[in-house]
Amino acid sequence: MYTQALDTAEAQSKPADTAAAARFQARIDAEQRIEPQDFMPEAYRRTLIRQISQHAHSEIVGMLPEGNWITRAPSLRRKAALLAKVQDEGGHGLYLYAAAETLGVARETLVDQLLAGAAKYSSIFNYPTLTWADIGAIGWLVDGAAIMNQIPLCRCSYGPYARAMIRICKEESFHQRQGFEIMLTLCRGTAAQKAMAQDALDRWWWPVLMMFGPPDAQSRHSQHSARWKIKRFSNDELRQKFLDATVPQAQFLGLTLPDPALAFDPETGHWRAGPIDWAEFEAVLAGNGPCNRERLEARRRAHDEGGWVREAARAHAEKRRAAKARAA
Amino acid sequence: MSADLSPLWEVFIRSRNGLAHRHAGSLHAADAEMALQAARDLFTRRGEAASLWVVPAAAIIASDPDEAGMLFEPTGSKIYRHPTFYEVPEDVGHM
Ligand SMILES: [Fe+2]
Ligand SMILES: [Fe+2]
Repeated sequence: MYTQALDTAEAQSKPADTAAAARFQARIDAEQRIEPQDFMPEAYRRTLIRQISQHAHSEIVGMLPEGNWITRAPSLRRKAALLAKVQDEGGHGLYLYAAAETLGVARETLVDQLLAGAAKYSSIFNYPTLTWADIGAIGWLVDGAAIMNQIPLCRCSYGPYARAMIRICKEESFHQRQGFEIMLTLCRGTAAQKAMAQDALDRWWWPVLMMFGPPDAQSRHSQHSARWKIKRFSNDELRQKFLDATVPQAQFLGLTLPDPALAFDPETGHWRAGPIDWAEFEAVLAGNGPCNRERLEARRRAHDEGGWVREAARAHAEKRRAAKARAA
Repeated sequence: MSADLSPLWEVFIRSRNGLAHRHAGSLHAADAEMALQAARDLFTRRGEAASLWVVPAAAIIASDPDEAGMLFEPTGSKIYRHPTFYEVPEDVGHM
């Protein structure tokens, strides 16, 4: 996970260097990759910094809802898998911060923005994980949605971002499969276990559909991102792909999607979802989801409590450098 | 809040014995030892490595992208550096 179309919009770049900008666009059109030292319009750089850092923050904050269940996983097998998954998400955050840094911004600056509440991260992580089935639902649906989003990003025009995404996508598929396996086990278990799986699906389904961002008609930045080949599919296109892939999986589990309007359109061969409550999405993005405050507090606490480790590491490195200098 | 900028390291992985080290990514660490440990945790969680290098990013000298044309384009016209430039009759066999 977890890039979300939030507000990566940027104003048009100044018309100052139009010849260079035209050459830049020609390179993009020719499917060439842009590397850190290459010329790029300021708006492209800013759009990428914002998108990649939001993506990185999402990976890091995304460790919290699942981390909540590591100590309570029902078996050693599940615990080992969940631990490995959460560790992967931490790694994804670091790959992405490193990719953002190639654009000339320090990771510390980005982390400070997150901790100050000035940066966005995916809305999905502001929902609570109430039962073990939520861990199944997250892996299956949240990571499933993330994969839909991330696979096209492997061909993003910015080289370091695309390369980070390739590494991330390789690691993601186990996340989704372990989640689906948890759901399948619950659905084949007792009536109470199956009810727990259904309850998790009921709570996660709509927030997951919102992960793809606002409908195309309302997303103001898609044009730039499409022209720059940062985003290759629109929010609605990705949401549709996800829906078509996921409905049969829910049917396989024997679960009911909490959408009475959900219907198959035989003419187009697509599943059609009922209306999404975008007011809820806006509220969560604005900081008023069920867990926004708790998530930021947890990040701040972790950052503060890790401060002595960073300090000690730096002091130790400094001491060793000094000793080496004396010996020389 | 966090003024503690630690140095950047570039990580190279040899995936199997006999192959060259390849660039895998970069990370921050206070010193070389911690950089190696972090590289192991970050880039080799699935048996990706038989060996790791970490190099201070500041120690890498890179060619100037603005000079890429001057540096690399002249070889484009030197097709006589390739074996296919030379004609050898088929009767001679593989050469
Ligand atoms: Fe991830
Ligand atoms: Fe994941």
